[in-house]
Amino acid sequence: MKDKAIQIENLSVYYGETPALTGVCLDIGISEYLGIIGPNGGGKSTLLKAILGLVPISTGRIKIYDHGDKRKEVIGYVPQYTSFDKRFPITLLEVVMTARLRNGLSPFFRFVPKDMEMAYELIEKVGLKGLENRQISELSGGEFQKMLIARALTLKPRILLLDEPTANVDENARGQIYNLLAELNKDITIVLVTHDLFAVSSQVEKLACINGKLIYHGEPELSENIVNRLYGCPVDLIAHGVPHRVLRRH
Amino acid sequence: MIKAVIEYQFLQNALLTCIFASIVCGIIGVIILEKKLLMMSGGIAHTSYGGVGLGYLLGFEPIIGAFIFSICAALGIGFIKRKGGTHSDIVIALFWSLGMALGVLFIALMPGYPPNLSSYLFGNILTVTKADLYLIIVISIIVVGIIGMLYNSWKAYLFDEEFASIIGIKTAFLDYLLLILVAMTVVALIRSVGIILVLALLTAPAATASHFSNRFLNRIIYSIFIGAIYCIVGLWISYYLDIASGASIVIFATFCYFLIFLIKNILKMQNSY
Repeated sequence: MKDKAIQIENLSVYYGETPALTGVCLDIGISEYLGIIGPNGGGKSTLLKAILGLVPISTGRIKIYDHGDKRKEVIGYVPQYTSFDKRFPITLLEVVMTARLRNGLSPFFRFVPKDMEMAYELIEKVGLKGLENRQISELSGGEFQKMLIARALTLKPRILLLDEPTANVDENARGQIYNLLAELNKDITIVLVTHDLFAVSSQVEKLACINGKLIYHGEPELSENIVNRLYGCPVDLIAHGVPHRVLRRH
Repeated sequence: MIKAVIEYQFLQNALLTCIFASIVCGIIGVIILEKKLLMMSGGIAHTSYGGVGLGYLLGFEPIIGAFIFSICAALGIGFIKRKGGTHSDIVIALFWSLGMALGVLFIALMPGYPPNLSSYLFGNILTVTKADLYLIIVISIIVVGIIGMLYNSWKAYLFDEEFASIIGIKTAFLDYLLLILVAMTVVALIRSVGIILVLALLTAPAATASHFSNRFLNRIIYSIFIGAIYCIVGLWISYYLDIASGASIVIFATFCYFLIFLIKNILKMQNSY
């Protein structure tokens, strides 16, 4: 077992009276590439938000590295595409630069040339060079996701959490994003929430299946039994070229 | 009208009110449009009517009452929204109605003939006093100062509140601060367009500006200029036609917005062929 980047012990999260996650125990190793799958409403995004400290934890605890680094200093986060208003008047460069804002509220804060250089460098790294001054409303789904990855990387994270980064993305851009994540995984621990079983079967190193609780954690080979337990109903797995799932009527 | 402006103090006050109202509207309007807080702003504006009524009942300046009530409404709505548990629309609707109901109640409790409240409800920029003008100037300075001082934080917060919170921006503080600024803006606008029409002046310049620019800062600047045009032309119309200034400003602003919307869509259709 690799040294641990994240240790989750007996985690439960409730929204009011409704349990979103119960009794989740999960260790994520340093430089591990973990995929998280599960049905909608199964608690995948809640788990990421609990790791980020964005939702209150009812029971259990989450430890980020053994020496207790502050979350902000080690975690980068790529949220779901659907949570954005794409008509917001902001350019790609401005979005990436927001991550360079200092802690708290800094009156009269102005970006320094170093911030700008770093932003340009990361925009190039994710393959968006030349689009710096483009409005976000003019970006494709893939470009938008890569922009969010560049923004997260601006924080120089040691852990990168991604919430469905390949949703609303075409086949070509999806491949580019997976290649980018594989490249980043050389230095960074990656936790990828996805519905894309292709990613699960061919990209990640470890797999966690979550539906309110942890159903499975281990190697990324999915048996029919695990998927059936995960989705709470019988599921057919069909593979022809790109593996995907078909839910039986139930 | 220029001669009249030079000659009459009340017209000078009205003109300056137009300019300063445009500044606060331009800035706050763009922000609440992007943050989708228009209905919340309407709720805060209408709650202030309770303060106007209380001011009349207890014999203090009604605008001070409006200020206190709108700040309380802003903090109350903001607190309940952040705590969750109920839909924010419900809270806004209840504050909206409660404020109006309290205003009616306080006025009814006054001995003697009730005062004419139409200048608070619908605005009358021609009756703006020096004291009103000073209040608007102070509010404009505060709004410009706070937005300018934290400009980059505001932009990050408006685009992605969750990420802003992760990188350490105090989003709860910005949430409340924004609602307080909305409340102050409402107070600044009450004398020019009134409680009922304030929403149009917050919306129309910012919405019109969104047709002309995709840049956040440019939108604010355009919105200020467009707001000034709406207010000054509206004032000019009201002066010549001898009609209520608030109504003429709002009708002119709304007409211009729809006209620009129409022209833009016709041009878009022509370009697509």
